[in-house]
Amino acid sequence: MTAIIFILLFFKLASKKGDKSKFLLWVNILLTINLIFGFFWQQTGNLFGTMFFTNNLITLEKSILNLGVLIISLQAYNWLKGHRHAPEFYILMLSTLLGMFFMISSQNMLMFYLGLELAGIPLASLANFDLEQRRSSEAAMKYIMTSAFASAILLFGISLMYGATGTIDFAGLQQAVNNEGLFIFAFIMILAGFGFKISAVPFHLWTADVYEGAPVPVTTYFSVISKGSMIFVMASMFFTAFEKIQVDWYQMVAILSVASMVIGNLFAIRQQNLKRFLAFSSISQIGFVLLGILGGKTMGVSAVIYFVLIYLFSNLAAFGVINVVSDATGKENINDYKGFYKTNKHLSWIFAIALFSLAGIPPTAGFFGKFFLILSGTGGTGNYLLITIAALNMVISLFYYLRVIKAIFMDQNEYPLAPVKVSLQPLMGMGIAVLGIIVTGIIGSVYEYISLLVKSMW
Amino acid sequence: MNLSLLIIIPTIFSLLLLFVNGLKQVRTVSLIAALLQFAMSIYLIVKYFAERAVNKAPFLFEQHYEWFKTPNINYHVGVDGVSVAMIALTAFVILAGVLVSWKMEKLNKEFFFLLLFLSIGAYGFFISLDLFTMFFFLEVAVIPKFILIGIWGSGRKEYSAMKLILMLMAGSALIFVGLAGLYFNTSGNGSFDMLKIASDNISPELQRLFFPFVFIGFGIFTALFPFHTWVPDGHSSAPTAASMFLAGISMKLGGYGCLRAATYMMPEGAAFYSDAIIILACIGILYGAFATMMQTDLKYINAYSSVSHNGFVLLGIGLLTKTAITGAVLQMISHGLMTALFFAVIGMIYDRTHTREVAKMSGLLKITPFISSAFVIVGLVSLGLPGFSGFVAEMTVFMGGWQKGNMFYYVATIAACASIVVTAVYILRVIGSVIMGPLKVNGNEQVVYADATWYEKSSIVLLMAGILVVGILPFAVLRLIS
Repeated sequence: MTAIIFILLFFKLASKKGDKSKFLLWVNILLTINLIFGFFWQQTGNLFGTMFFTNNLITLEKSILNLGVLIISLQAYNWLKGHRHAPEFYILMLSTLLGMFFMISSQNMLMFYLGLELAGIPLASLANFDLEQRRSSEAAMKYIMTSAFASAILLFGISLMYGATGTIDFAGLQQAVNNEGLFIFAFIMILAGFGFKISAVPFHLWTADVYEGAPVPVTTYFSVISKGSMIFVMASMFFTAFEKIQVDWYQMVAILSVASMVIGNLFAIRQQNLKRFLAFSSISQIGFVLLGILGGKTMGVSAVIYFVLIYLFSNLAAFGVINVVSDATGKENINDYKGFYKTNKHLSWIFAIALFSLAGIPPTAGFFGKFFLILSGTGGTGNYLLITIAALNMVISLFYYLRVIKAIFMDQNEYPLAPVKVSLQPLMGMGIAVLGIIVTGIIGSVYEYISLLVKSMW
Repeated sequence: MNLSLLIIIPTIFSLLLLFVNGLKQVRTVSLIAALLQFAMSIYLIVKYFAERAVNKAPFLFEQHYEWFKTPNINYHVGVDGVSVAMIALTAFVILAGVLVSWKMEKLNKEFFFLLLFLSIGAYGFFISLDLFTMFFFLEVAVIPKFILIGIWGSGRKEYSAMKLILMLMAGSALIFVGLAGLYFNTSGNGSFDMLKIASDNISPELQRLFFPFVFIGFGIFTALFPFHTWVPDGHSSAPTAASMFLAGISMKLGGYGCLRAATYMMPEGAAFYSDAIIILACIGILYGAFATMMQTDLKYINAYSSVSHNGFVLLGIGLLTKTAITGAVLQMISHGLMTALFFAVIGMIYDRTHTREVAKMSGLLKITPFISSAFVIVGLVSLGLPGFSGFVAEMTVFMGGWQKGNMFYYVATIAACASIVVTAVYILRVIGSVIMGPLKVNGNEQVVYADATWYEKSSIVLLMAGILVVGILPFAVLRLIS
């Protein structure tokens, strides 16, 4: 990853004004190589003492993120081709990705925080990447404020933790943490920090505005990669450092989960702008993910990682369509999509498949993802109330996803959007995503592989 | 016989549809697919009888593949007599559905694709022996209905489609909770295998806890009172072939699920709630019948009468005797064929008159004798005339109720019987006003309509043949399902 960043810097310095498409092509090839490397070069080991740790599961998580970045990069092709600062976009984006990798690999609060900041600050400048748009700057401003606030709270929690235990190592914390008031207080601070980053209710207020303001590829990046990495960290940290207080965080996370599902769903019903709509839908999806974290460390965590992979495909397919349509016409509202099917058959079906997957309808992968999340949500504790709420929330979410389907397929419109031409690279991006949606679920071995790795971790 | 073919063939053909263009090619491909399914279902019946004679296992032609190993989820299929009958019903209705939609102009490729897609869900559901597989296919058969109604429907189609989908999905959400409960309470590491769950004898308390989830969930699919409200809107807004599928097969998914997933696996739970089910079923039967009397739209009439008829299915299941359950299965088959035919005929009438209001047409017998005769016959089936399937089925349910020998069951049976009188009233009244009398449509006395075309005739004949087989040779069907 670092190598790519350096190569890009070199590109930037050597670049002449003019054709961007060759540059973008090379970046995508590099990203593909990077992705493939992740599957062949797997080993277990430590770096910097015990601060940085990697094993097959962590490599897989990184590969999932790599895949996401590759698809986003493919889909951003048209936008970046017309943009003055394409190399900078990649440098910033890949720095955040590097930060996320540090975060995922961290075995130490310090390393975790380092990664978090490396991931957070360039992200704000990415949100501002539509340089002429006021909305975009507003989004960046909002994000940097809330992000700094969240980091401060998180850091406060970490320092309290250190004050109480004298260690910031995960292994050390695992021994030291117990359910005394101070630990719990420190933990709540850390949980709040996480809540901001994954935009769980009640820490979600920045989400919709930032999503709406940021350019579509960046929004995609926010919703998939940034959240996905935080979830990976959460899934591992909660079962290592805070394993002993699982009884205590169970209740807290359950409340966050239910609140995210319900509020996310209720707000999504009212949205007109598709980016805001997907923002709230992603909040409700986070509620389901938290359900998986409640599900315990084998079944739950495998369900969570599996779901993030599926969520990545589904969201990328949906955003891919929004991206090309927004590039071609500048329209982002649900009402603009009325009668879309008349003019853009293929894009409509891609969008529909993505939405069905988000809603959890078979045979798309979303069904399997949600099924395992909710199933694991009962695990161990037999909390059937929780999964009843979750299952009914799936019905509510179906309602608003179908609203979009209805606009596309059923509503009459005299002047539907003109046929959109899709160039090869975005098409490839969407193609990979749709293929992922269809294949990941039906083929049971994907889940199998993940749960095997999760089992070997503990 | 390889049961997976039932899923594979519609899948292949629906994918094939993506590569053909134009109505002629599309409908040819669909017709071949439907005919193949039909042939397979007949072959399955023959094979089943042959195999059953020598093999006493509860389920035949089993196939077992690992799907998700760690959570112990398997693709496990197999059939008993009831599922074979249901598969045959599905094949009948799909074939008839393809035939009635022969002249579908609007977005025909998508229409036939979704229709075949629905059939994948139905077949998969009926052959599943693993609850996960079953749930998967159940949901596969839900979403296409939304698009079918929303695009090709009539009237308040978007509202109806949304209502139908949300209610059905709420049903499957409940089913899901029940399934999760069963999964975690089997011995060992958790399992969705029906045979294992049934033989595990989950404790009565847990059965009582989870039975309502599964039963109400499937009950929503089969119009259990008070969750029947999606039926009239959904059925009447849907295009003809979709109505046929909805009423003919989709509601049977619910009945079959109530029987297989709820009653078969949680017998204690079923016994505990039996009285409640009987009461709700009787309310459904009577309510449906009386509500039908008030309807003026042909499709609403059939939709409400479906609520009433499906009440018999639930009543049979709720009575929990062997006779009554046999009756319930017979009623599922009979109603599936009858209602599909009814919707097909209504669709044909609507295609010609462009109205479904009873008051706006009369005397159709004079110009469209074939369709009108079919209409009369199907009406008689609906009111349970001996010789047709409806009579056999309802009679068996009543016998099952009477066998229980208790005042409560007598009252329930008599109440259900009473609905037949009401049915006779509305059916005869509709026949009298639409088919008989002087010719008049939309206030116009000089109308000329072509009688049924070959594809319409063949779909009518096909379904009619099914009805007659069940009606005249009930023992053959009974031998299959008992």
